[in-house]
Amino acid sequence: MAIIMAILSGFALTVVAPWLCRLARGATGWIIALQPVGLAFYFASQLHPIAAGGVIALSYPWVPGLGIALSFYVDGLSLLFALLISGIGALVVIYAGGYLGEHPQAGRFYALILMFMASMLGLVLAGNVITMFVFWELTSLSSFLLIGFDHQREAARAAALQALLVTGAGGLALLAGLLLLGQAGGSLELSTLLNEGRAIQSHPLYLSILLLILVGAFTKSAQVPFHFWLPGAMEAPTPVSAYLHSATMVKAGVYLLARLSPVLGGSEAWHYLVTGAGTATMLLGAAVALWQTDLKRILAYSTVSTLGALVLLLGMDTVLSVKAAMLFLLVHALYKGALFLIAGAVDHETGTREVTRLGRLARAMPVTAVAAGLAALSMAGLPPMLGFINKELLYEAKLQAPRASVLVTSAGVLANMFLVAVAGIVGFAPFFGRRADPPRMPHEAPLAMLVGPAVLAGLGLVCGLFPDAASIVVSAAAGAVRAEVTAVELKLWHGINPVLGLSLLTVAAGVGLYAARGFLRRAGSIGDAIGRWGPRRWYSLLLASLNGLARVQTRLLQSGYLRRYLMVIVLTTVALVGSTLLLRGGLTEPVPSLLDARFYEWTIAALILLATLMAVLSPSRLAAAAALSVIGYGVALLYMLFSAPDLAMTQFAVETLTVILFVLVVYRLPRFASLSSRRARLRDAAIALLAGGLMTALVLTAMTLPRDLHLATYFAENSLLLAKGRNVVNAILVDFRALDTLGEITVLAVAGIGIYALLRLRLEEPADSGSSQPEEEV
Amino acid sequence: MEIVLAFIIGGLYAAGLYMLMRRSLVKLVIGLALLSQAANLLIFTLGRLIRGRPALIPSDMARLVEPFADPVPQALILTAIVIGFGVQAFAIILIKRAYQTVGTDDLDDMRSTDVMHGSSSAPPVNLPNDKWRSPVEATLRDEGA
Amino acid sequence: MFSIILSTAVRYLFPLMLLFSVFLLLRGHNDAGGGFVGGLVAAAAFALYAIAYGVPAARRTLGVDSRVLISLGLLVAVGSGLWPVFSGQPFLTGVWAKPTLPVLGKVGTPLLFDVGVYLAVVGVMMTIILTLAEE
Repeated sequence: MAIIMAILSGFALTVVAPWLCRLARGATGWIIALQPVGLAFYFASQLHPIAAGGVIALSYPWVPGLGIALSFYVDGLSLLFALLISGIGALVVIYAGGYLGEHPQAGRFYALILMFMASMLGLVLAGNVITMFVFWELTSLSSFLLIGFDHQREAARAAALQALLVTGAGGLALLAGLLLLGQAGGSLELSTLLNEGRAIQSHPLYLSILLLILVGAFTKSAQVPFHFWLPGAMEAPTPVSAYLHSATMVKAGVYLLARLSPVLGGSEAWHYLVTGAGTATMLLGAAVALWQTDLKRILAYSTVSTLGALVLLLGMDTVLSVKAAMLFLLVHALYKGALFLIAGAVDHETGTREVTRLGRLARAMPVTAVAAGLAALSMAGLPPMLGFINKELLYEAKLQAPRASVLVTSAGVLANMFLVAVAGIVGFAPFFGRRADPPRMPHEAPLAMLVGPAVLAGLGLVCGLFPDAASIVVSAAAGAVRAEVTAVELKLWHGINPVLGLSLLTVAAGVGLYAARGFLRRAGSIGDAIGRWGPRRWYSLLLASLNGLARVQTRLLQSGYLRRYLMVIVLTTVALVGSTLLLRGGLTEPVPSLLDARFYEWTIAALILLATLMAVLSPSRLAAAAALSVIGYGVALLYMLFSAPDLAMTQFAVETLTVILFVLVVYRLPRFASLSSRRARLRDAAIALLAGGLMTALVLTAMTLPRDLHLATYFAENSLLLAKGRNVVNAILVDFRALDTLGEITVLAVAGIGIYALLRLRLEEPADSGSSQPEEEV
Repeated sequence: MEIVLAFIIGGLYAAGLYMLMRRSLVKLVIGLALLSQAANLLIFTLGRLIRGRPALIPSDMARLVEPFADPVPQALILTAIVIGFGVQAFAIILIKRAYQTVGTDDLDDMRSTDVMHGSSSAPPVNLPNDKWRSPVEATLRDEGA
Repeated sequence: MFSIILSTAVRYLFPLMLLFSVFLLLRGHNDAGGGFVGGLVAAAAFALYAIAYGVPAARRTLGVDSRVLISLGLLVAVGSGLWPVFSGQPFLTGVWAKPTLPVLGKVGTPLLFDVGVYLAVVGVMMTIILTLAEE
């Protein structure tokens, strides 16, 4: 129950956040943070039972017919994520209070970030794959809205759309994969699926399932070649980048891989695909991060690298690698969250994020500088930070990898060297570097913007010195992924061993790279030139061709001429129905008894046809209206002759009213104009006659077919019995099918009110022509 | 008589469609009216024609006995007639207003949804609006730059 | 276009047509007729009245705004459907009163529903015709 409240309270707060923001103004961030803080305490209180191997599971029926339930499943893995989401969420909300200040749209921001938080919690706590998918899409949606928060900037809109399209396309693949998984495993419940690993891996659909789910996970977690949306997403306000695009949402793909690794993992395909994508992403992200100059872009590419490393570890799928992945998840969230928030503070205070213009900020912003230094130390993997323990574990896992250990170890060392240099560039240079010409002279950031970085960076230090707390969380998570209880013992000093040697090598090379950063930036232009032909380009080309296709088909089909549409519809119908009639032998000899008609019936028929001809050919409006009346009264007579007195009376009455209507308006209507050319008229006449001929043929064919008398018999027998009416037609209208009649008089009412509105309400003349222009370029 | 009605229905459909394809707005309304008559007659004929046996239960009986006219198509058509009138009236008024606002009754001049002024007879054209670009196109342009 | 012949004829025709429309409405359940036809005949009567005596006179005779009639008709129809809901039956179930009244015959919610149809049809037709005639 508490689990549901945890998710629902976020959505509820989403709704009231804008009002709250109007009331509380500057204090909103502090007030709203109470919710995630409460959640963090709740999740922390569940730590001990779950670390002991317990699981919280609950389920409510949703669409029982399809096996879809609103169920939740909380184990160590979910708990690690839930703690990160609520804990960092609280800090980010507080930070946003300072970052946004008196921003007029702050209410919208809080609402969106709360919506994201609740969706993300739902995603990691869900126990049914469909439930999980719904929350998965909700996080993509809130990410879209948050990236495009500054919606008046074109770049923000384009980046938001790009992120949505990439993750949305991956989401579709994921949905297909999850449905197939449900079919192969016989259930959509995680608790069942987790025990079906063997059956699913031997299923013929296994490879399709794996590929589809991997596409979903890789798009979300920005793996090569889908990584390009993440640096683009840096258009979002900084708290969003720190929270969604570093600490939580982009890890959803990692979560999915970890969650499903007992089901899908362990196979050759899993190993090569996941490890391969992870390695490529890790190296690419770390290398590109080196030559960027925008603080946020540097952090974004280093995040891409980390996501690659996490995926790589999950692909290796050993006890040690999973442990390392879980610890890395925690460590990265701490230091990267801190660095993003610091980047935001620096931008806020100095007005620039260009690292080439930043330096010597330590004196003006001492607290920020300390936090930045600690976070950078953790990122570089230096003692006594938690990052150091983490890097030791990483290297150990890679050295002991069962396959290609040399390859993954050297890739890991290389990427880490780059990241040491990156840590220096973002955490050290702006504060202690020499060069400095910021646009504004900075002050220390306000309190709200210091809490987050200080707490996150401080936790990195505290957990490094006292690793026991972190080890409980990490071993609970690793135990959930490996489905076996694994104690993770974390300590700072492991003695002198190969791992320590690798660490020393990494740091030394990293410092060298840091010193050469100016050269690397100049060399980076080559990399950018290559990158211009990368996946981002393919994405644009794909969208461009889609736009082109839409334009071509619009030009072909949507000409704006009513008669073209009609021609297409009529000719298609004639071709399809006519060919079916001919091929299936529908046209049979009509029964002669059906031609039996009285003299006066012939007269009425001739009158109707003559009037029809007149309505079409007459050059005068009045004559055409009169011809219509003749047709109407003729049809009414036919109804009367063939046993439909109700219809006859209604038709007479309607025709009378139509005459009155025409008398009232006909002279205010435009005159009949002959606008079409002779050729067009002949062409239209041919098409119309073809369609009319088809209708005649259809009626004649229908006359030879047996009739279903089911309904007629039912009404004939039950009209008096059930509806107490001797007029069967009326009984159908007011009793058997009264709901239809209610709908019909409602339509009539709408038409009547519509006419009143058309006649009485005048179109307001637009004050100036500019008002109809879209509001752009503000 | 069914065969005769089949030809009347065909004729009404052909006439209705022909009028719908004209460029004049008033002819469009006439076409609508013809089409609704055609559709009503079509449903009526498909229920078969019987002379002098309406679907009314005589006062000395508890149910209808064969032969009787099928009440189901009649119930369908009854409401269709009344609604048809409503729609026809709505169309006529719409045309009247459109004629007043746009100043033309040529459908070919009504292809744009932009607001037009008074009785200006200038044909509306869909000018490409350079001020507005979709985010997609924006990405493309930035790519090319 | 005031005409003595028309106005004299309408003076007698108008009440007769209204009476006929109510007759059609009431007998509709057992014989040809019903709310749709009844409503159309009543609307025709008012339209004739408007032609003979002018729209303001027709509006005065109608007594209420025609748009009120539309909503009244819909309300009566929906209300007749809600009646059985209160006694636990599905929406729009026919409920009949035990005794039969002298003029009306059997009385039940289907008749009430037909009255709703009648009112809605009169309302819509009068709205269309009277607004048009005032243009």
